[in-house]
Amino acid sequence: MLEIKNLHVEVDGKEILRGIDLKVKAGEVHSIMGPNGSGKSTLAQVLAGRETFEVTAGEVSYEGKDLLEMAPEERARQGIFLAFQYPVEIPGVSNTYFLKAALNALRKERGEEEVDAMDFLALIKDKMKLLGMDETLISRPVNEGFSGGEKKRNEIFQMVVLEPKLAILDETDSGLDIDALKIAAEGVNSLRSPERSFIVVTHYQRMLNYIVPDAVHVLYEGRIVKSGGKELALELEEKGYSWLEDKTATAVNS
Amino acid sequence: MIEATQVNKDTDPYLSSFAQLQKELEGKQPPWLQQIRQAAISRFSDLGFPTSAQEEWKYTEVAPIRRTAFKPAAYENNGLTIESLTGLTFGNLQCPRLVFLNGHYSAELSSLKGLPETVQVKSLAKVLEQHPDGVEPYLARYARYQDHPFVALNTALFQDGALVHVPKGEVIQEPIHLLYLSTGAEEAMAIHPRTLILADGSSQVSVLESYVGLQEGVYFTNSVTEIVAAENAVVDHYKLHQESKGAFHVGTLQVHQARDSTVRTFNGTLGGKLTRNEVNVVLDGEGAKCDLDGLYLISGSQHVDNHTRLEHAKPHCSSREMYKGILGEKASGVFHGRIVVLPGAQKTDSKQTNNNLLLSDEAQISTKPQLEIYANDVKCTHGATIGQLDPDALFYLRSRGIDEPAARSLLIYAFASQVVNRIKVDLVRTELDNYLFSWLPEGHLIREAV
Repeated sequence: MLEIKNLHVEVDGKEILRGIDLKVKAGEVHSIMGPNGSGKSTLAQVLAGRETFEVTAGEVSYEGKDLLEMAPEERARQGIFLAFQYPVEIPGVSNTYFLKAALNALRKERGEEEVDAMDFLALIKDKMKLLGMDETLISRPVNEGFSGGEKKRNEIFQMVVLEPKLAILDETDSGLDIDALKIAAEGVNSLRSPERSFIVVTHYQRMLNYIVPDAVHVLYEGRIVKSGGKELALELEEKGYSWLEDKTATAVNS
Repeated sequence: MIEATQVNKDTDPYLSSFAQLQKELEGKQPPWLQQIRQAAISRFSDLGFPTSAQEEWKYTEVAPIRRTAFKPAAYENNGLTIESLTGLTFGNLQCPRLVFLNGHYSAELSSLKGLPETVQVKSLAKVLEQHPDGVEPYLARYARYQDHPFVALNTALFQDGALVHVPKGEVIQEPIHLLYLSTGAEEAMAIHPRTLILADGSSQVSVLESYVGLQEGVYFTNSVTEIVAAENAVVDHYKLHQESKGAFHVGTLQVHQARDSTVRTFNGTLGGKLTRNEVNVVLDGEGAKCDLDGLYLISGSQHVDNHTRLEHAKPHCSSREMYKGILGEKASGVFHGRIVVLPGAQKTDSKQTNNNLLLSDEAQISTKPQLEIYANDVKCTHGATIGQLDPDALFYLRSRGIDEPAARSLLIYAFASQVVNRIKVDLVRTELDNYLFSWLPEGHLIREAV
């Protein structure tokens, strides 16, 4: 589904990603872990099409197409979804309007009929229940005045409504209490299917108790320095990230 | 009478217009008004046109108005019918309305169906000709021609306009629409519409004043509106102008509020080449409340200058002011909001906001909030912002599949709707929304989305 080859990314002339290789097949869940500043969020945003980052080398193919050539909205319409680490507040645009516009943009792309306001409300009702969303949130402006937890939950809610093929979760778990974390994980798990893939970017292992990954990758200083199964996450949790510094030092010396 | 030898040549044509108008109005206006007009034209002659050397006009150059030889506007109806107005912005509102063509009342285009007979909604010229006593205590008593050349000019030269008088205790549900149309004749015209809105004690009324240019062309609208809200009255007032691209629009809204009255004003500028809006409110009775809102939505080389002055003269009054500007291309704007709290106006609660959204690097805005407080127990705040569309918000919308033009429009709409949503009268709010949808790129998508 997704293949990243030798991806190099700069921001303001500083190289953040220094040659990423990653292959995600349909139905798989990959977790990207790593210390702060290792480039995890950059990778997530580059995949969604953030233009502040400059891709200087490498390629990304998504379902056989050149992802880097696509505008952010085109990627979304092709089934890519990014759950933001810091969801943006948009005063004056209600959640309902926003999500309905997004859903209809996607449906139009798929050649499906657009939903009207009534159908839309019916469609989201169950999904709100699944995520324990307060019904008043949906009529409020997008993320405005939401707590950190409410914002993250809203991202998962959008994901569940938009049903992407490839969902990228950028530190969705950070700052969530265990109840909120379980709900978010439940949202993800409800979508898991052989056709759908996830990239779960996280700093902590805890999320992976609920969303069990097929592969775990450790990102450090812009490179994937280690890949493994779900047990790698536990190892990281135990040892922290400090061993990485020794490892790179060794790598440089050898 | 005016001396034949004038020092200020720019004002001369207006002095001749005045002399001509006085002849025409012989026997059609009361002596008290004639005296006021005489004083006003003298004052205009003394003051002359403002220049950018004056602080109040620093960023708005009215030389193009001064230099143009405008002719007094004549009534002209080139086959306009009620049906032909329906396509205009604010032309299709199903409510009682008076229509004016080039500042003159048009009986055939007006209809007051559904309005209670106790309410007076009339051509001001007719009122002044037939029974002027009722307006004598109010007309030209509030808008200060003594200080302002354009108010003086209007006072001296207005030929017609509207009177809306709601008697004590009467509550009018339907908005009353005053539609001032400019037909855009070949010769540049000057139009001086005059509106007087009187809300007696505990009455309630909504008035929409709209100014619309029917054709591209150069003309000059110089309007003055006075609102007098008596004790416990409620007045919603909307002024929306969509003058033609070559038009000059200078307007003063003067509001006087008695005890416990509520006035909500909304000032929307959509058209015109050069616009100067002045809104002056005097809160002259305890417990009076005022909302002072505005939206300017301009592009091309349009220039809009909004000057507001809120005077808290008595204790326990509150005011909320929100002006929002959206400026594209090479448009330029000015916001100057002054709040004055007079000695003794304790417990004043006043809040002013001016937010501006610049859609291009060449658009400009100058914003100046100003508080003058002469009382010590008051709560006054003000804030002004100038910004561009938030790139993070744009990316967020696009990452959900909304294309860039629609995402931009959605953010612009959201910005505008924060002030548009404060409009209490559904009919007016919907019409303004419709205008926004037609103005914004991909606006039809936004309409569907919202």
